[in-house]
Amino acid sequence: MWTAILRTALRYAAMAMLAFLLFGFILLISGKDPIQSYRDIFVSTLGSAYGFSEVIVAMTPLLLTALAVALPSRLGLINVGGEGQLYMGACLATWAALTFGALPPWLVLPIMVVLGMLGGAVWAWIPGQLRARGIVNETITTLLLNAVAPMIVSFFIFGYWHSPMDTNKTSIFSSSARLPTLFHTRVDLSLFLGLALLGLFWFIMRYTRWGLEMRAIGGNPQAARLNGIPTRGYVVVVMCLAGAVAGLAGMAQVSGYYGVLLANFSRGLGYMGFLISWLAGGSPLGIVVTSFVVAIILTGGNLLQLTRDLPYSMINILLAMTLFVVLARPSLSRRRKAT
Amino acid sequence: MIRGGEARANPRPVLSVRNLSKRFPGVLANDSIDIDIRPGEVHALLGENGAGKSTLVKCIYGFYQRDAGELILDGKPVDIRSPHDARARGIGMVFQNLTLVPALSVVENIALFLPGLPAVPDLRLIARELESLGERYSLTLDPWALVQDLSIGQQQKAELLKLLLAHCRLLILDEPTRVLAPHEIQGLFQVLQRLVADGLAVILITHKLNEVLECADRITVLRQGRVAGQVSRAEATEDGLVRLMFDKGLAIPSARRRVGAGRTEQPILELRQACTRAEGSQTSLEQINLAIYPGEIIGVAGVSGNGQRELGELILGSVPCTQGTKHLFGREVTRQSIGGVRRAGVGYVPENPMAMAVIPYLTVLENMAITRTSRYARWGGLAMDWRMAERETEQARQGLGYRFASFLPARSLSGGNLQRMVIARELSHDPRLIIASYPTRGLDVQSTQAARQALLQARDQGAGVLLISEDLEELFAYSDRLVVMRAGRIVGEYPTDEADLYQVGHLMTGSQTAYVERT
Amino acid sequence: MSLLALLGVLSSAIFSGTSLLYTTLGEIVGERSGIVNLGLEGVLLVSASTGFSVTYLTGSPYLGVLTAMVAGGLMNMILGYLAVTRQANQLASGLALMFFGFGLSAWIGRDYVGAKIVGLPRLTLPGASGLPLVYASLLRFDLLIYLTIPAAVLVWWLLFRTRWGLGLRAVGESPDTAYASGRDPRRIRYQALWVGGMLVGAGAAHLSIAYAMNWTEYMTAGRGFIAIALVIFAKWHPLRAIVGALLFSAAVAFQLLLQSSGVQVSPFLLNTIPYLLTLVVLIAWGGRRRVAAPASLGRVYQGAE
Repeated sequence: MWTAILRTALRYAAMAMLAFLLFGFILLISGKDPIQSYRDIFVSTLGSAYGFSEVIVAMTPLLLTALAVALPSRLGLINVGGEGQLYMGACLATWAALTFGALPPWLVLPIMVVLGMLGGAVWAWIPGQLRARGIVNETITTLLLNAVAPMIVSFFIFGYWHSPMDTNKTSIFSSSARLPTLFHTRVDLSLFLGLALLGLFWFIMRYTRWGLEMRAIGGNPQAARLNGIPTRGYVVVVMCLAGAVAGLAGMAQVSGYYGVLLANFSRGLGYMGFLISWLAGGSPLGIVVTSFVVAIILTGGNLLQLTRDLPYSMINILLAMTLFVVLARPSLSRRRKAT
Repeated sequence: MIRGGEARANPRPVLSVRNLSKRFPGVLANDSIDIDIRPGEVHALLGENGAGKSTLVKCIYGFYQRDAGELILDGKPVDIRSPHDARARGIGMVFQNLTLVPALSVVENIALFLPGLPAVPDLRLIARELESLGERYSLTLDPWALVQDLSIGQQQKAELLKLLLAHCRLLILDEPTRVLAPHEIQGLFQVLQRLVADGLAVILITHKLNEVLECADRITVLRQGRVAGQVSRAEATEDGLVRLMFDKGLAIPSARRRVGAGRTEQPILELRQACTRAEGSQTSLEQINLAIYPGEIIGVAGVSGNGQRELGELILGSVPCTQGTKHLFGREVTRQSIGGVRRAGVGYVPENPMAMAVIPYLTVLENMAITRTSRYARWGGLAMDWRMAERETEQARQGLGYRFASFLPARSLSGGNLQRMVIARELSHDPRLIIASYPTRGLDVQSTQAARQALLQARDQGAGVLLISEDLEELFAYSDRLVVMRAGRIVGEYPTDEADLYQVGHLMTGSQTAYVERT
Repeated sequence: MSLLALLGVLSSAIFSGTSLLYTTLGEIVGERSGIVNLGLEGVLLVSASTGFSVTYLTGSPYLGVLTAMVAGGLMNMILGYLAVTRQANQLASGLALMFFGFGLSAWIGRDYVGAKIVGLPRLTLPGASGLPLVYASLLRFDLLIYLTIPAAVLVWWLLFRTRWGLGLRAVGESPDTAYASGRDPRRIRYQALWVGGMLVGAGAAHLSIAYAMNWTEYMTAGRGFIAIALVIFAKWHPLRAIVGALLFSAAVAFQLLLQSSGVQVSPFLLNTIPYLLTLVVLIAWGGRRRVAAPASLGRVYQGAE
C-alpha cells in the first residue's frame, strides 16, 4: 500500500514539475530569472516563520470554500456557488460588525459567525430547494447566484456602508469585530474553525448514521431512495450546511483578513475551493494538503509582485497550469467520486 | 385485408437462416434455428419473454456475432459484421429505443443519416421525398415536426422512413406495438401491408396473438431458443399458437404451495381502486383492487411492461397513488414515504440489485444497514452500532445458508450473490410483506433457487409475498394465488391450483381482454 | 422622454451590448455541441489583452481584432483538449481556464496598462449624414457593431442550414446517435470550440479596442458569466440572443436614463437583473419539465460525466 502512495506522490510531483517548468519559461520570456524566482518563492514561504504563517493565512479561506463543495459532492451535488455564499456571509457579518461593533468581542464575534453562516446558508437554500424539487439543477442556479451576490454587497457598500474616505469599502471594523490573530502573524481563529469543521466532516462521513446515508445517496440515489432514505430532505439540508461553511469563510475574510468589507474582495476564492475539492476527491485530508500547496503558490505570487515587478495575477498562470496538468490525466485524478 | 404474401408465388427467400446458434454465459439463447423470410411477406416471430426472438434478429442485424450457423442473403452466404454492414446490405431494424435525436425535426433526423448529403442540404427537397414515400406507404407524418413532439407511433414511422430512404428491403421490427395505442396499431398494420405489397419483407417480433393473427402471413414460434413450430396464417389458431408458445412440462419439481390460507385474518396489504399516473415510459395503473394476506405468495403474471413493476412501486410508495387508497395492516398509508412503509414492515427485492437496491462502492455490511439506519444508530445518530449490524447480518446469512464477506465493497459481488445479500437484508428485519419484483431475473441457476427458497421460507413464517415475474413456470410453481396484469389493470385472479396455463397465457397476450373473476 | 434621450439609451445599449452578443454567440456554438465553458471570463480577458496590445504595437485596430479572435480560438482549444480529448470534467476544466485567463491576460497586458490607442474607427450609417449633427453623432458605429446582426444570422445559418451545423447539433443532443450516423463527435466539438472561440474573441476585441479603449486587469467584470446566463435565456438560439443581449445591456443604459430624470436606482441592483431574469426563466421551464438545453449538456450539469 505504501508503494502505491509513493507512486501517486511521485506522479503528482512530476506533474507539478511540468507546470513549474512551463511557468519558468514564461518568467524567462518576461526577462526574469526563473530559478531565482522559484528560490525566492520557496525561501519566503517556507523558509521563515512569518512566511509560513502567510501561507497559512492564504490557505484558511480555501479550506472552508473547499469544504463547502466537498460536503454536497458526497451526495452527488455540484455546488459551484461558494463564491456567492461567501459574499452573502461577509455581507451579513459586516452588518453585524457595523451595528454591534461597540459591544465586547465575546458578544460581537459569535453573532458575526452565526450571521455569516446564516447568510451563506440562505444563499444556498434557494438552489437546494430548486434541486430537491427537480426544477432546476443546482450547478446553474449556484452559478447565477454567484454573480448576484457581489452586486448586492456592492449595493450596500456604495449605498449605505461606505467609509467617509472611500466609496468602495466600509470603515475599518472595530477591534472587537476582528477575529483574534495568532501572536504576530495574520493567522486568525478561522484557521482552527476550518480545521475543526474539516475534522467534523470526516467524522460525520465515516462514523455517523447521516454520513452513511449521505454516502448512500451519493453512490446510488435511486437505490438510496428505494431503501427509504429521505433524499430530498438531505439535498436541502446539505446545501444549506455547505452555504453556511462558505459564509463562514466570507465572514473570516472581512473580519479576520481584511478588517473591512471591500467591494469584489474575492477573486475566485469560491471557485478555487471548487477546484481544490475536485482535485482532492472530496477527502478532508486531501483538501488540507491541496489547499496548502495552492496557498504556497498564491503567496509566492505576492512575492513576485513585490520583488520582481510582475503583476500578482500572473501567479494564476502557474496555478492554472498545475490544474491543467492534473486535469489532463484523468486516470490519476479521478479517484472515488463521492466517498 | 389484402395479403400480398399469400397472393404471391415468389418462392426464393430474401434471407435464409440455417442452424443458427448463439450462446451467452450461462444460457443458450438461440439453438439451431432455421427460418426463411420471403419477399412480400410479413413474417411474425412469436414467443414469450426470453424465447430468443431479440437475440435472433440481433444476430441477423449484425449486432451480435452468431456462434454457429449461416445467414444466406439472396441465395449467397454472408457475414454481417455490424449494423452498418447490415444497412449497407439492405437490412434495416427498428429497435425499441429509437435512434432518433428528439430535439431535431423528422427531416433533420433523416438528413443526418443520409449518405451523400450536400454541405448545404435542401431540407425541403428531402421533406418532399418523405411526403411522397409517406403517401405511398401510408406513413404520413409532418416532416417538420420535432421528434420529441411526436407520439411513439409517429416516431416509429419516422424510423421506418429513415430505413426506406436508405433502400432497405428487409425490415425488422422489434415489438413495435408495445407502446402503441390501438388505432396506431391499425395504422402500423396498414403500413406493413403496403410495404410488403411493394415486395419488401418484414420480420415482426411480438408476443401478441391477436396482432399476429391479423397481420402476419407466416408465423414462426420460438420457445426457449428453439423453433417450436412454423405455420402460415391460414393454418394458425389461437389455441395452437398458445400451445406452441407455452407448452412445456412444468419442469420445476415440487410445486410447494399451501392451499387455502385462512381468509379470516386481516390482510397485510389492501389496495382499493388505486391508480397511478405514468411518466415517460412507465405504465399507468388503473383501478387496482388487491389484497395480500399473511402466509401466502401472490404471483403477478403479465408481459413485461404492462404495469407489474409499477404495482410493486405503488405498494412501496415509490410511485404516488393518484386515486384510491392503500392500507397496511388496516391503517391507511396512501401518502406514506418509502421510509415509513418500510418501517411498517415491508421489504423490497427488485431486479438488478446493482442499480436499484445496492450502493456499489459501500461495503456489504454498510449495505445491509442502510434500510434500517435508525435501528443501528446510537447517540442520536453520532455513531452506528456496527457490531449489532454484523450480528444480525450473520444471523440472516446463517438462516438462509448464504455466504458472503461483510467487508468487501458490494460491487465486487456477482449478481447472484448481490441478490442473496439483498434478500438476506430484507428478511433480516422480519418483514410482514415482501415485494419481490423480478427477483430472479438474470441470475444463475443456484442463486435463483436460493432466492426462491428464501421467499418460501418467509411465507412459511407468516409473511406475505408479492412475486412479480415474467417466468410463468416460476409463478405457477411458487405462488399460492395468481394475478394477471395487462395494460395497467388486473385482468384475472385465481388460486394457482385452479389456474390454467393456457388461459393465463391468453390473458397475458391479450386474446381475451375481459376481466375474469374467480367465482 | 425625448427622441434624443431614447436614441441615447439605444446607442449606449448597442455599444455595450455588442461584446456581449458576440460572446454569447460564441458560447452558443460551443454549448450546442455539448461543451459548456465556465472559463469564458478568462477567454475574454486573454483575447481583450491580446487585441489591445497588438493594436497598440501596430497601430491597426483591425489587426488587433483579428488577433483577438485567434486568441479566443486558441484558448478554447485548451478547453477542447481537456474536455474532449482527455475527457476531464468540463466544469473543472472551464474554471481552470478562467484562472489561466486571469493570469495570462495580466501578463500580456502588463506593459500596456493605461496605454492609449486609436480605437476602431466609427463609421456613419450611410444616409444618416443628412440628419442634424446631434442625431448623427449617436448613429455612428464601428465595423464590429455593424457586423453583429450579420454575425448572428451567420451563426443561425451555420447551425440550422448547413450539414456541419446539423451534425454539430446532433452531437450536442445525442453523441451516440451522431456517432451512429458516421460522425466523429470529438472532431465536431473541436470545430465548434474553434468557431465559438473566434466569436468570443471578437466580443473581447470590441470591449478593449472599441468600447473602453484601454486595458485593466479583470476589465471584463463578469461579462463571461453574463454571457453564460444569456445563452440560457436565449434558449441556445442565436437570433433570440440578439434580443437578449439588448435587454441585458439595456440595464446599464436604463440606469443612465433613470439618473437623468432624477430617479436614483443603484446600478448594482440593475446589474443583477440579467441573472435574476435567467433564474426566473429557468424556474418557469422547470415546472414544465421541458428543458431546451442541448441534451448532452445536461449530463455535465448532472455530474454524470
